[in-house]
This record gives sequence, structure tokens and C-alpha cells, in this order.
Amino acid sequence: MGTSWRCFPRSPVAEGRHLTRRPIEPAALLAAVSDPGLGGAALFLGTVRRGAEDGPVASIEYSAYEEMVESEFDRILAEAGQRWPGGRVAVCHRLGTVPAGEASIAIAAAMPHRADAFAACRFVIEAAKQRLPVWKQEILDDGTRRWRGDPHPGARSPQE
Amino acid sequence: MQFRVASKAEPSTAIRVTVRLFAQYAELVGADAIALELPPEATVADAVAAVRRQANNGHQLPSRPLAAVNLAHVLPEQRLANGDELALLPPLAGG
Repeated sequence: MGTSWRCFPRSPVAEGRHLTRRPIEPAALLAAVSDPGLGGAALFLGTVRRGAEDGPVASIEYSAYEEMVESEFDRILAEAGQRWPGGRVAVCHRLGTVPAGEASIAIAAAMPHRADAFAACRFVIEAAKQRLPVWKQEILDDGTRRWRGDPHPGARSPQE
Repeated sequence: MQFRVASKAEPSTAIRVTVRLFAQYAELVGADAIALELPPEATVADAVAAVRRQANNGHQLPSRPLAAVNLAHVLPEQRLANGDELALLPPLAGG
């Protein structure tokens, strides 16, 4: 029955269960969770920010401990399924070079009511931020690269 | 890359662990995987200490990095078992 919660074993938009190297297709993700019994669907997109404070970002290169990201997303979606057993949630994270303005992560949640759809998207993005082994290297307009969250400032580019 | 950590344990009781490195840590050390041999009671913290002592630029790694064993987050006190895959994770930046 479509109203039971599902974590898609194979996402309609990812080559892995939750990872893709191609641009994310939000419509496909939404379609995957939609169901006539679920009256509220929410879509969250996290996109690469152009940034301005310390140099314009042309793109971000995402890398990951891919096997663990798949497992961690499975766990996060299973937790979402326990919190909101009547809904459906799907998630997709992009890897490789993502140009500014394009989505690096997309979460779709369909629930019987809107409040739960928003809450489920929020739950998944906050858990992803805290738990996913994903790293990003910003590529500036001039080609300079820098890790975000770099604990070794000495290893950064000379420009900084 | 392969290291053997001095141990009083019999060689047959030593455990073998694969340490995986990512992003900044892999760049720093110049490798994305290290084979470690450790005493049988070794913890994640022991493995990190071995990598910090012996890997290229290992001393620049944090002494308590985020770590995962067999694809799940763990604390430094976690005991390791033969065949485990230990991953040292730079500050997370997903989403």
C-alpha cells in the first residue's frame, strides 16, 4: 500500500541508492514519493552558494566515503520512517563538480499533512549535515581550490 | 602503505585493520588506505596513534579525529577486531 513509508532501495535519480554524479532531477525525486493518499509534499534543495565574503565560488567538488554515505542515508531514512510511519521520504546527494546555483542535495517528503512533510525534510537535512562523510573543495573563479572545514590552514592556497 | 605496530602479543593474535583516509587527510598523508597490524586489544585511538606516529605527515592529523568502523560512526574508545575497516573522517561538509 502506497501510504506506508519507504526508503527507496534504488533512487530514481541516483546511480547509487542515494548518490549521483549527474545533475539532480527534483521532479523525479518528488514523483518517487508522491502518492494519492499523501496530501502534503515538500522538496528541499541545498544548492552551491556563489559566496562573496571571501571570493566568488565557481563550483564545489564533492567527494565522499561513498559506501558509508549510502549506509548513513539508509539509517537516516529508517529513523525518518519511524518518526513518520505514514509518509514517504527520498534523498539524493550529488558528487563531483557542482557549479554554483545547482543542487548538491535534494530531499523529498510526502506525508498525509503538510507540517510533517516540512518536518521530515528538515530532519533529513539536519541529520545529513551532522553525519554524512562528505567533503567539499571550493573552486574559485581564478581556479584556486580550498577545502571547507580545513583544519590545516597552513596547507591552503597562497592566495589566502 | 603498510605498518606493523610493535606488540608483545604473539604475531598470530595480532589483528589486521585497514585504515581509510579521505579528502584533506588523504592529501596530507599521500595515501587513501593503510594496512595496520595491531595488538589484539587495540582501540580506534590506538590505531590513530599508530597512523600519527608512522604515516607521512601523520603527526599533523588530529589526535581525536572523527572515525568510523565498518561504515558507522564510532568513538575513539571503540575496540577493533581483525578485518575491520577504520575510516578517519575530516570535518564533515555534506549537504
